[in-house]
Amino acid sequence: MRKTCLDMVYELAKKDPRIFFIGSDLGVGTLKQFKAEMPDRFFMEGVSEANCVGMAAGLAMEGKIVYVNTIATFLTRRCFDQVILDLCLHNANVRLIANGGGVVYAPLGPTHEAIEDIAIFRACPRMTILAPADAEEMRRLMPATVDHPGPIYIRLGKGGDPIVTKNVPFVIGQAVPMREGDGALILSTGIMLKSALEAATALEASGINTSVLHVPTVKPLDEETILNFAKRVPVIVTVEEHTIIGGLGGAVAELIAEAGFNAPKRFRRIGLPDVFPDQYGSQASLLKRYDVTTEKVVSVVQELSAR
Amino acid sequence: MIKPPPINTTWLDNRSRALRRQIVRTLEKGGRGHVGAAFSLVEILRVLYDDILRYDAKNPRWPQRDRFILSKGHGCLALYALLAEKGFFPEAELWKFCKPDGILGGHPEAGKIPGVEASTGSLGHGLPIGVGFALNARYEKADHRVFVVSSDGESNEGSVWEAALCAGKHKLSNLTVLVDYNKQQSYSTTYEVLDMDPFADKWRAFGFAAEEVDGHNVGQLRAALKRVPFDPNKPSAILCHTIKGKGVSFVENNLSWHHKNKVSPEEVASLLAELEDKE
Repeated sequence: MRKTCLDMVYELAKKDPRIFFIGSDLGVGTLKQFKAEMPDRFFMEGVSEANCVGMAAGLAMEGKIVYVNTIATFLTRRCFDQVILDLCLHNANVRLIANGGGVVYAPLGPTHEAIEDIAIFRACPRMTILAPADAEEMRRLMPATVDHPGPIYIRLGKGGDPIVTKNVPFVIGQAVPMREGDGALILSTGIMLKSALEAATALEASGINTSVLHVPTVKPLDEETILNFAKRVPVIVTVEEHTIIGGLGGAVAELIAEAGFNAPKRFRRIGLPDVFPDQYGSQASLLKRYDVTTEKVVSVVQELSAR
Repeated sequence: MIKPPPINTTWLDNRSRALRRQIVRTLEKGGRGHVGAAFSLVEILRVLYDDILRYDAKNPRWPQRDRFILSKGHGCLALYALLAEKGFFPEAELWKFCKPDGILGGHPEAGKIPGVEASTGSLGHGLPIGVGFALNARYEKADHRVFVVSSDGESNEGSVWEAALCAGKHKLSNLTVLVDYNKQQSYSTTYEVLDMDPFADKWRAFGFAAEEVDGHNVGQLRAALKRVPFDPNKPSAILCHTIKGKGVSFVENNLSWHHKNKVSPEEVASLLAELEDKE
């Protein structure tokens, strides 16, 4: 997903002279071709995120479209003041490409685990938050980021994630219906779409016809589509590789609580608990430790459906 | 021993006095404001807007304009006085300072105020944005320049030095930082809170060509600004030695005037009395 994303930055930059790239201190050889062919639009500015984001804002205020890339935690935590003021307040056309959304960097520990990034940026006016599920979706997503007004946060998965999305045009702000059923609704963002789809298949076998909505744009939330799907089912579950506080689950909970449905909804958020992950291992092992799994989605939907 | 604040007895001419009176009248309408910071900036901004910056007040987005950022946004009262005088907005806007229907707040906002390039107020933001402006001008082969006004207090922020490193690395000779070097911050002197000395050497170490001037001496400021870039391969830093609150005896180096709330009519009268025209 990361490779596709950066390849797309290169492809888009070749066609559009407004596109600039700023990295902090990325891996050797990153965007080598971009640097060779368009050296005056390629910047590697060191471990100085506040300056990288501020100078990106300055370039954007002059009409450029600036893609900034580093590790997700450093784009969200380290330079938050620059993001909310230089980017959001100025509605700057800067795209933050965040390596390792969620617990991708499990072996590196809590300093590198972006488990609250969506919550932080959901609270920022004018910020758009994108979390695609696979590399193919990333390929469709990137062209949409060029002329979208205002700052965008692009959350990357681990890479090599299985392709699970449908080949439909990517529209920022639109949720993608993946399957429909009137027994339950699962909403997911990012790579958890795979678990949502697997859970739905398993649930169907146990007699619960389940809708799956993929929500690659967490902000602005596609409220209309979500409510349309939510109103048809008694059970709604969200699943995300993120703390249950303030992410997709929080956004959907707020929406549903205020929707005024006549029939009550049984609702649950599945995600990381309010803790710093206390083990190393892998993304998969941490998600398993904290029960962010297909099996958990299945059991929660069954439990809520049985009530 | 902690060093005392500096003494600067530079004479202020009637234009400098008139600008300060305008600041006091704006302050009076808003009832509050960063008076000391604004008074320390008057000559720096006056020389920039009178003699150095290229702009068209009636077309504030003119592409060939020089880009100016007041990174120490809390000094905005001085900027507002000059922008109004130069015709970026009607003087009447000054009398709505900090009012619900006004465009002029306690920190300057881009998009609301003609002539303000970037919203500042949170310190340490102006120089990184200025680096972006300067890189863009170079990329576009445009001859406009970028001027950022910062301060010694603001230079506590790490982001200032991240941006300084970056400007030095890229040899941004189209970028000039003017540092309002008044040796005071909110709590106490900079010597007590966080000493920046040797300050000029710090800028030099980060890749700038740095010079020091009396920041209330219009002639020195103009002469230095006419000579930038000091080095064709470096960004420039001008350290402007100033007095916080310059121009009024009871405000100069008086920390209780860093930010003043509930300014009384008596205080306004005393301020204006000290700022009357002199022969």
